[in-house]
Amino acid sequence: MAFIKARGLTVEFPVYGFTSHRSLKKSLLNVATGGILAKDASNHVVVRALDELDFEFHDGDRVGLIGHNGSGKTTLLQVLAGIYEPIRGELKVQGKIASMLGISLGMDGDVTGLENIYLRGRLLGFSRARMDSMVEDIAEFAGLGDYLHLPLRTYSSGMAMRLAFSVMTSTPADIILMDEWLSVGDAEFVEKAQVRLRQLVNQARIVVIASHDLAMIQHQCNVILNLEHGKIVKSERKAEAFNLESKQ
Amino acid sequence: MNEKHRAIHKAARDLIQGAQRSSLWWALAWQETRQRYRRSMLGPFWITISTAVMVGAMGPLYGVLLGQDVGSYLQHLAVSLIFWTFISASINESGSAFIAAEGFIKQIALPLTTYIFRLIARNLILLAHNFAIVVVVLLIFPPAHMQDIWLFPLGLLLVIGNLFWLSLLLALVSTRFRDVPQLVSNLVQVAFFLSPIIWKADMLSAKTRFVADFNPLFHFLEIIRAPLLGEPIYATSWIFAGTLLVAGSSISFLAFARLRARTPYWL
Repeated sequence: MAFIKARGLTVEFPVYGFTSHRSLKKSLLNVATGGILAKDASNHVVVRALDELDFEFHDGDRVGLIGHNGSGKTTLLQVLAGIYEPIRGELKVQGKIASMLGISLGMDGDVTGLENIYLRGRLLGFSRARMDSMVEDIAEFAGLGDYLHLPLRTYSSGMAMRLAFSVMTSTPADIILMDEWLSVGDAEFVEKAQVRLRQLVNQARIVVIASHDLAMIQHQCNVILNLEHGKIVKSERKAEAFNLESKQ
Repeated sequence: MNEKHRAIHKAARDLIQGAQRSSLWWALAWQETRQRYRRSMLGPFWITISTAVMVGAMGPLYGVLLGQDVGSYLQHLAVSLIFWTFISASINESGSAFIAAEGFIKQIALPLTTYIFRLIARNLILLAHNFAIVVVVLLIFPPAHMQDIWLFPLGLLLVIGNLFWLSLLLALVSTRFRDVPQLVSNLVQVAFFLSPIIWKADMLSAKTRFVADFNPLFHFLEIIRAPLLGEPIYATSWIFAGTLLVAGSSISFLAFARLRARTPYWL
């Protein structure tokens, strides 16, 4: 069983090296993008990126986050991924999380593609033995052939992304976090990548995806949260949750 | 109170999980070392060479200037400089341990202590390269006796432990207050001249002896240096380093418990 529960979840980014100018603050408060500018207890300017959010996601939920730039979608994903701890409020997460944010993080141009697979594996916390058992599948899926034995810097950016994508999607997870639906590689690879990603997503218990693609969200998600200035302005839950069993 | 306990619990978990990820931070440390010297033929051995040149050039000159026996002065200088490089680089790089890892910290939830372990590991790799010089110098000028050599790894461990808490503390504070790294590098520079590296502690008169006695860096160097060079072992230095480890670790851990969750926000 997996769940994500938040109560009064608040995230504020301090703004340093910048003294509060009343006029500037006023003018900024009226723009459509960005979190709310506020002051914290010690009178520092802060950006309230997430403002007292309450939500609960359970097994089978496919959650779509929509909203303007700077409405807090990515910040919310980062908080769920454990990158930022909430300033106030509670967040309880049960289940193994796979975050699809920064999938090519930590890749090294000077070592071979194969070694990069291991490097990414270490970052994700997999043991050497576990990677040994997965590396073949990953290499085959990436479809880079002999390039795997060349340094990563000889790859095109598309090829590097294919490698990163293949590692990232190689293990199932309970909870998947995505900032926009991932799409990598050339026409041929995109298709096979979509199949693999969909399979991964279908196996996951909870998926949270932030996107500007309203049609996709409407079609894929049973829970839709509309964020604005770090607040949930509209929350909609369709009657039936995603059926885990039938899609597997 | 409950909140406080939770923070301490999370800090302890961060520390334990960070330590467990040794294969990750060793890999990152190697990666950084390689990147720094990419496509250079000698790679990290360039540090060995530059240290060797420094020892070779300074040794005879300062030995004569200070009226020392060249052999024993070279021993002293080689060992002191090499471990000073390790200690000072670890301290100097602490300030940017989190700042330089911003890309990682903002994209993946790893224990923060991972970046401190990585820093120490990186400097240990460089130390291992430099250690070749110590071996060469000790082969040419063998120490008086080797019976205390078993204390050397213990001394090194004690120093590494001290560097760990100091690095963690400096990394936390520096992430919030960006002036701290500048201040620290200034202090480290001064400390080089105030610590017995170029000179020896026994050159001090009773009146000026306090310069060494109250200098933690002297004691750090002493517990590594004395066992290697067959010099007398002074319990004071060991007690000093041990006490500092306990006290410093406690302070550093409490600071970590307090500041850990805020750190990513400061980047």
